[in-house]
Amino acid sequence: MNAAVLAVIGITCLFVGYRFYSKFIAEKIYQLDPSYETPAHSMRDDIDYIPTKRIVLWGHHFTAVAGAAPIIGPGIAVIWGWLPAFIWVIVGTMFFAGVHDFGSVWASVRNQARSIGSLTGDVVSPRASTLFMIVIFLLLLMVNAVFAVTISNALQATPSAVIPAWSAVFVAVIIGLVFFKLHVPITWPTIVGTLFLYVLIYVGELVPIELPARALGIAPGAQWIVILFLYAAIASMLPLWLLLQPRGYIGGIQLFIGLGLLYGGVLIAHPPIVAPAFNPDVPASAPPMVPLLFVTIACGAISGFHGLVGSGTTSKQLNTEPDARFIGYLGSAGEGSLALVAIIAATAGFATLGDWQTMYSEYNGAGVAVAAFVEGGAQIASNGLGLPLGFMQTLLAVMLVLFAGTTMDTGVRLQRYIVQEWGSIYNIAPLRNGHVATLVAVSCCLALAFGAGGADGTGGMIIWPLFGTTNQLLAGLILLVISVILVKLGRPARYTLIPMVFVTTMAFFSALYELWHFYTDGNYLLVFIDLLIVVAAVFVMLEASSAFMRERRAAAATAAAAS
Amino acid sequence: MGNEGSRLARLKALLEEFYVAPYRGALARAKREEDDLFMLFVFAELMGVPNPAAYYTLELQPLLLERFHDWHRRQGLEHSPLDGFRCC
Repeated sequence: MNAAVLAVIGITCLFVGYRFYSKFIAEKIYQLDPSYETPAHSMRDDIDYIPTKRIVLWGHHFTAVAGAAPIIGPGIAVIWGWLPAFIWVIVGTMFFAGVHDFGSVWASVRNQARSIGSLTGDVVSPRASTLFMIVIFLLLLMVNAVFAVTISNALQATPSAVIPAWSAVFVAVIIGLVFFKLHVPITWPTIVGTLFLYVLIYVGELVPIELPARALGIAPGAQWIVILFLYAAIASMLPLWLLLQPRGYIGGIQLFIGLGLLYGGVLIAHPPIVAPAFNPDVPASAPPMVPLLFVTIACGAISGFHGLVGSGTTSKQLNTEPDARFIGYLGSAGEGSLALVAIIAATAGFATLGDWQTMYSEYNGAGVAVAAFVEGGAQIASNGLGLPLGFMQTLLAVMLVLFAGTTMDTGVRLQRYIVQEWGSIYNIAPLRNGHVATLVAVSCCLALAFGAGGADGTGGMIIWPLFGTTNQLLAGLILLVISVILVKLGRPARYTLIPMVFVTTMAFFSALYELWHFYTDGNYLLVFIDLLIVVAAVFVMLEASSAFMRERRAAAATAAAAS
Repeated sequence: MGNEGSRLARLKALLEEFYVAPYRGALARAKREEDDLFMLFVFAELMGVPNPAAYYTLELQPLLLERFHDWHRRQGLEHSPLDGFRCC
């Protein structure tokens, strides 16, 4: 199979999904109404609630949901062959993620733009809402640990990325200062900042940086993780306008440039896919494809995290209700396209099948995914666009670090807010202090990174499947909440229920598999976290199913009374 | 030329919105918190809290009256805390 053909098939499928399936869902199921006054208008305060152009809102939604995860998941999953990963990404995006993301925006807009967690309290029960929050907290904890390990892997595998990746922080601060304090229009800082970043990529190639083999008794990977959390703690305390805002902006710009370079390279170079469609020689250390494929690729196929973004932020800025289709469905399609190009990079970016088999000779989680994406993607873009291979490798590694870094900054900041809130709720004065709360948040993440993976700090790599499982369970819960709302409205719920049953079943069996795996490995910290997630998810699911049946009976009784 | 100019202006507006919008709410809230603290300074003396700068802040009170109602509601006070000044 040729990579360009696969890219065209994939993008066409995503387009067809948007053009026809999302139209059907918009008209027949969610029944979007152009005259409905969205909360951005009815509750407008120019702070949270403000009508925003749909293309801008789509850009935010897309860049908020698309990070390092849709690159890493597919990069790991191709170990079972490119075809299962391709099918799951395309089918998942068209029929699962599209409906889920679109649905969470719609459900929120129809309920004063409230978050899905808060909606669960009303639609299902207050107890379900509390358990839902626990699942979200654990997801955040895992996001930080996973992405710290991802960045550490990328910086170790590509030492030339160290200078540009860290310099991007300073570029962001300068952009923030120039825009916020000097009020310079953003166009020039964008152009100059982006060009400067590319000059730094060249500098990085000339001066690659590797950490010492041992410092304070720990290996380079662990050293990077400690440095990263130290940085994340400081970054989360800085004003938003100074770092997080410009850093997220630079990351967003890089996402569009990176996608353009990779797809351009694929279409021009049109390399053959050297990996097998189904891998007959899966390493013995790899877990079974079913059900693990469906949690290994979460972002890129379906992810509960998108529901949190869609219902918490996007819905407050939706100008008209029909915009929910464009933003929700196309946001997931955008992420699907990133996952698709990650699959292509990790399967067509190698000269021979032997090279690919060497890369995937061991099941090495996020580590191999980062290396395969950077090396494979760089090879394709270099062949297609004629850019130097080393430059492209550094550029892709920097892109990955920027995505993961922005997610980490946000994740640590959100965790700090949660800890401070606990301090207020339970009246623990020290926890209300920003510095103490940050310390607690970062310590939890470090405990997970080192507690789950030992002194090398690779815990984040081990918990990738558990991270995916939690993400999918969350997606299942959100789909169930949307289904309950649909039944309440007397509309067909099968379009959300079927994806819900599939995703939840796969996530549940994955959680059980991982539980057994962690237990036999003697990793009791992860056994505990896994159990907590499974129990919380089962309780919410039971509560939600009971609410669903209750609403269905009520709807049937109303219909019978009417006839 | 005119078209190019308007295209550039559109690009500038798009980039600016892309930059500003994700954090608009959070930044506005941070600014409001600073403003709330300032309101406390300005009206502190009227609420019985000694303010060494009262001589200067007194002048500002008429300018901030419009914001007073929203401010005291945000501080959790259903009605105006000032006897001599009733906004609601």
